[in-house]
Amino acid sequence: MRLAHALLALQAVTSREVAKFVRQGGRFASALVRPLLWLVVFAAGFQNVFGVSIIPPYDTYIPYQVYIVPGLLGMVLLFNGMQSSLAMVYDREMGVMRLLLTAPLPRWYLLFAKLLAGTLLSVLQAYVFLIIAALFGVTVPWMGWLQVLPVLVLGGMMLGALGLLLSVQIRQLENFAGTMNFVIFPMFFLSPALYPLWKLEESGAEIIHFVAQWNPFTHAVEAIRFALYGQFSAMSLSIVVGCLVAFFLLAAWGYDPQRGMLKRTGKPG
Amino acid sequence: MPEATADDAILRLREVRKSYGPREALKGVSLAIRPGEFVALLGPNGAGKSTMFQLLTGLFNADAGEIRVCGHDIRHSPVAALASIGVVFQQTTLDMDLSVEANLRFHTRLHGIAGREAGERIAAALARLGLTERADDPVRALSGGNRRKVELARAQLHRPSVLLMDEPTVGLDPASRRQLLDEVLALRSGGVAVLWATHLVEEAEEADRVVVLSAGKVLADGTPASLVAAAGGGSLAAAFLGMTGRNAELAG
Repeated sequence: MRLAHALLALQAVTSREVAKFVRQGGRFASALVRPLLWLVVFAAGFQNVFGVSIIPPYDTYIPYQVYIVPGLLGMVLLFNGMQSSLAMVYDREMGVMRLLLTAPLPRWYLLFAKLLAGTLLSVLQAYVFLIIAALFGVTVPWMGWLQVLPVLVLGGMMLGALGLLLSVQIRQLENFAGTMNFVIFPMFFLSPALYPLWKLEESGAEIIHFVAQWNPFTHAVEAIRFALYGQFSAMSLSIVVGCLVAFFLLAAWGYDPQRGMLKRTGKPG
Repeated sequence: MPEATADDAILRLREVRKSYGPREALKGVSLAIRPGEFVALLGPNGAGKSTMFQLLTGLFNADAGEIRVCGHDIRHSPVAALASIGVVFQQTTLDMDLSVEANLRFHTRLHGIAGREAGERIAAALARLGLTERADDPVRALSGGNRRKVELARAQLHRPSVLLMDEPTVGLDPASRRQLLDEVLALRSGGVAVLWATHLVEEAEEADRVVVLSAGKVLADGTPASLVAAAGGGSLAAAFLGMTGRNAELAG
């Protein structure tokens, strides 16, 4: 694989994803309205219900709106990651996937290009959300804007890779709603996005607390939270990277013409 | 019957087998195509044509046997093999919302053809097919015949030595069908090897060779005239129906 060829292919995949995204204006709007509803409405209603004590990385009491910003950034990445899964299924139904998979490049690289393209959209949306949150008066430290970038990229890739992995299994577009119910919502609610996990432990929901600790999304949110305040959560970040690698390898395996799960169904990419 | 293991073959299948679960779609298929040769793969629906194309394009690997494109084994060096193949799939694989030009540009980039070179090839291909004025139109606005032309143009942008056409005339009116066939027949002079799958005998009549596939097996491989002669005269259609009908009885 020549580097120039690899970059051209990445450009091909990315510009198509961006063109599609621009065309679907509603997707961008809903990607922003969703977390804004939580920030503006939900957080306003609940800010006195949840008392958030001082826990790392915060060094002072913080308003609830500030607490949920990392979780809502995670939500933006999560939805867009699942969207990339939807795009794969759509491409498969439309036949464009065949075109992609018959390009003279290693298949894992083509999937990787898809992943990078989706992550670019994820990260851009996350920053637009941060800007709008700032306009609503919910701010994070200025340095955090920069420090969170690598974590957003890794978190976005991890959730995008999960989307790719799911796209191996989802045979039809109609099944996407099922993914929403069984992947997105449990991942979001079983995480520290809306409440610190010790609250779950305190309330005696031990099993839920246990599951939440093993939720990759938990660690994406925590890694983002620490990075926004200039701190580095080694454990969360390494779990995010580990899951990224695992999800991507499994997805690449799923799309392999020899071994993959596609083989079982007899329906090609 | 031409020797199926000819040394100058540019596309070669040797004893290729493929099953989906208990269903054996290809039962040991051998085939060789030389540069500049137009071979029609003629078979009824369900004969295994689509399975063969899935294997030829590396979407799946064969369970047994070997497929070589320009000497590259598609299982072990899929990238080199795919670089020499141009494909027009049975199902449209254009992005309906992108312009004709953008669809072609997507392809040149995937094949590593950069900037000006890509632009020149795209312009030349569109001019050849009389689609220059439609370059900026979304594919959705094109007729079925023109969409197929765009796909044929796209399949040639990276100048493949082998062109695979999987029932490309399905859904086209007779005029568009004729035009597409003529376009592809003309490629022979450039040394391109063409494998054209169809279930329409009339399309196979103009081929250099006809390979009859039925129930996963090659029943005949030869010039249209030799197939007719082997069937004891008459038409290619009669010869084809005789062969596939008899085979269906045996398989049934």
